[in-house]
Amino acid sequence: MSTTTVAPERVELQKGWAGQSVPRKEDKRLLQGEGLFVDDVKRHGMGYIHFVRSPYAHAHITSIDVSKAEEIKGVYGTLTGEEVASLTDPFFQLSTPPGAHIKDYALAVGKVRYVGEAVVAVVAETRELARDASELVEIEYEPLAPVVDARRARDAETPVLHDDAGSNLMWEGVYEWGDVDAAFAEADQVVKISELHFHRFNSTPLETDGAVVEYNRGVGQWTIHCNNQFPGFAAIMMGPAMRVGLDKLRFVTQDIGGGFGNKITSHPQLVACCLLARKLGRPVNWTEWRTDFHLSMSHGNERWFHDTEVAVKSDGTLLGFRTKALDDAGAWLRYEPLGGVIWAQVVPGMYRWKHVKLEFAQVATNKAPVSPNRGYSRMQHLWFTERVIDIVAHELDLDPVEVRKRNYIRADEMPYTTPNGCVYDSGDYAAMLDTALGLIGYDAMESRRSDAAARGKFLGVGIGSTLDSGTNNFGQSRMINPELQFSGNNEVATVKLDIFGEIVVTLGTTPQGQGHETTAAQVVADILGCSVDDVHVRAGHDDYWNSHAGFSGTYASQFAVTGLTAVKGATELLAAEIKKLGSVILGGVPEEALELAEGTVRIKDNPEAALPFMACGAIINANNAGLPEDLDVTLNCRYVYRPPFEVPDLERKYGNLTLTYAAQVHVAVVEIDPETGYYEVVDYSAVDDCGKRINPQIVEGQVMGATAQAIGAAMHEVFEYDEDGNLLTPNFYDYHVPHTLDMPPLATGAIESPSPFTELGTKGMGEGGGAGIHAICAAVQDALRGHGDAIVWDSCNPYHRVWEMLQHPEQTRDLVEVTNA
Amino acid sequence: MSDDTATVSSSRAITVTINGTTYEREVEARKLLIHFVRDDLDLTGSHIGCDTGNCGACSMIVDGTLVKSCMMLAVQADGATIETVEGLASGDELSVLQQSFREHHALQCGYCTPGMLMSATALLRENPSPSEAEIKKALQGNICRCTGYWNIIEAVKAAGK
Repeated sequence: MSTTTVAPERVELQKGWAGQSVPRKEDKRLLQGEGLFVDDVKRHGMGYIHFVRSPYAHAHITSIDVSKAEEIKGVYGTLTGEEVASLTDPFFQLSTPPGAHIKDYALAVGKVRYVGEAVVAVVAETRELARDASELVEIEYEPLAPVVDARRARDAETPVLHDDAGSNLMWEGVYEWGDVDAAFAEADQVVKISELHFHRFNSTPLETDGAVVEYNRGVGQWTIHCNNQFPGFAAIMMGPAMRVGLDKLRFVTQDIGGGFGNKITSHPQLVACCLLARKLGRPVNWTEWRTDFHLSMSHGNERWFHDTEVAVKSDGTLLGFRTKALDDAGAWLRYEPLGGVIWAQVVPGMYRWKHVKLEFAQVATNKAPVSPNRGYSRMQHLWFTERVIDIVAHELDLDPVEVRKRNYIRADEMPYTTPNGCVYDSGDYAAMLDTALGLIGYDAMESRRSDAAARGKFLGVGIGSTLDSGTNNFGQSRMINPELQFSGNNEVATVKLDIFGEIVVTLGTTPQGQGHETTAAQVVADILGCSVDDVHVRAGHDDYWNSHAGFSGTYASQFAVTGLTAVKGATELLAAEIKKLGSVILGGVPEEALELAEGTVRIKDNPEAALPFMACGAIINANNAGLPEDLDVTLNCRYVYRPPFEVPDLERKYGNLTLTYAAQVHVAVVEIDPETGYYEVVDYSAVDDCGKRINPQIVEGQVMGATAQAIGAAMHEVFEYDEDGNLLTPNFYDYHVPHTLDMPPLATGAIESPSPFTELGTKGMGEGGGAGIHAICAAVQDALRGHGDAIVWDSCNPYHRVWEMLQHPEQTRDLVEVTNA
Repeated sequence: MSDDTATVSSSRAITVTINGTTYEREVEARKLLIHFVRDDLDLTGSHIGCDTGNCGACSMIVDGTLVKSCMMLAVQADGATIETVEGLASGDELSVLQQSFREHHALQCGYCTPGMLMSATALLRENPSPSEAEIKKALQGNICRCTGYWNIIEAVKAAGK
């Protein structure tokens, strides 16, 4: 398992801390079991919440009786949907009608719409008692027929989940750029693919959702210790629903046990916690059970692509495509229908497709609600574009490497404007592909193929080339609903110099393992001329720090841009103030003649004349008599970073939707046993380009993690429902995430193409675009070439599906047709 | 019904020694060892990641044997000597294994880390220089969703040398 990092030629060696793999500041506490995760928070008299959940996918609730549960000694109380509906308003909906009309509350009201939906909450002295007492809650249901197949959701005879919406259609929109008809007229060949399916899964963070909520009755404020990764979003969902201002909701996080987007939409449960803390007059703990998480939280968007047509020239040049995307939102729109536009950040993938039409529809089904999951919505679309590339190559007998190189956007075209106005900032995709192929020894692949054949195995190679678009322009939400008052983005940091010279940094983010304390310290140390050990970055997030703004949080690949630029801005303000103070104290030396170094402000030409930071902190904070009246120095600086964005053109659905576009090229080599369909990934390379890397080791860690999740998703992980709407994979027995023994050898490589649009040259990264899913799908299809020529049409290919493709390749061949124009 | 619940809630006194400290507590008979250690003794370093014994975040060494403490009742640990992540470092000084995890970036969110460290500690006691295959086999019961395991395996390998 050798791990190689290719030394990229273009890396500009940096002086100082940024660019170094500094060991993480977070690690010491985490290695000693001294992290503070949400379930570690304890309060006197705290009660434990257990949710009673629906056993039906779709049913009317005819009666609820909590009296027997409430009689038990040690049970503090309960909460029902009826109470919730009287104490709160439905959550604000992002969608236009019909989705806008649905009424979503913290608990089910009158009806349940998926197995595992929370119906009643019970609070008791211990977790065990709360769980036992939940068994005594009596709920009568009148079952209804469920909708589990999104493709049937709009049929006339299909039951409707939300009567208020009138049908199961939640949102739809048509996107069209370029001249699609002309592209098909110009094409030599048209490749048609009738159906592709991106499956339902998520990243299953090892720590489930949770909260400890306290209510301060005197000031009417809740303190919400939680692991929500986007408190800004939770707040704007919760405040209006609870009929309180956002000042009444104080979010606090420290260590979060993985998020991957799955911890963005816990606002319904947090509302239930708040109502219970107020009702019962005591703090409450909610810690989700693993089964509850699988049943009810944040499934990734399941998406179908129908009637795809691809316009191709005979030399392999791709002109355009049209398709119909159908998104299965599950029972509620908790962050949706934003998935209906987020994909548009990467419309052509890495390719020079100029003409694109995509008709998007999102429907409700009796499954758990979907929410962002690592690679959110772009991953589904990039899987589609990568599948299209490899199916076209397969059907037209072209080399997948050559088709990519012919159609990749070239380095000399950067910055590149896509058909819908997104501006890819920098990158050299062809060079990345060469590097990735080199790392797995692509030149020797034909002999390896023969060797595998001699052992009775089918070897296949597949490429996944993707983008990790980061730093959202929230104006894209208006393409979903023009009435929404969101646009741009922001993030906050504060940096102060305290009395004894302590450099204290606060962030607005909610890190879940991305090492923000470390990378922020690296940026601060370089500007202030001190050591990273001298920089104290507060762990986690607290609204009381006042270092957050509307979009604060940790999601959507942005910290290296939004977070670190805010840190840089605040630190530069502080540095200027230190110099201003130094100028006064050192006898009127001009600020330009001063420098910050070795924890002091000093005269460049006379380093002996130095004022230590400790003296600066002491003077301003505790010994300031006699300072000039006009000395505007607080040594406590706050900076809000606002990326340069415009509101997109809503008519044309045109504009730059994210600021940076990190790129990934992965190559997977698989060997299939034709007798059984069993296969292994025998070699793997992952090349990443996220611009300047502040901490290469942390970046590589993100690449590895995204790779592992993609391997799991491609081979095993699926939230599969039966026809009655029962989740068949509600725990880690049935939902197989990768273990150590599943991991292939991995070689990583990096190229650095600094972003011209960010102050540090960085790009957001971490989501990885699902490159591994695409690579493994392509590798399986390649391995089956000449053995029935099956087309890989689903993003998850467990052994049984590979076996089916070997046995009945014609069933997948029927999905594809090539016509000569 | 309420009588039945009262029966399930019956409790008894147990004594356990964890990282050298002896604790005597009254504990509900149905309470899991992991909940006892976390909720009753405030040793929150060991974590819970599943309901089914799959994830290993709660791994501890009980009387010299590696166990998943969610698969054991607290009353079954009566009289046992238990080691948890809190006992690995000597004061402020990280163990060789902990240090190796730090150097190799073998943790991200840190949630699986305590269990991973206990499994690796148990392995290294039995087999001070494990091969890569032996490390993978020994850690197969511990799920990590952040790292993809590569750096964890490297860290254990380096600590074993």
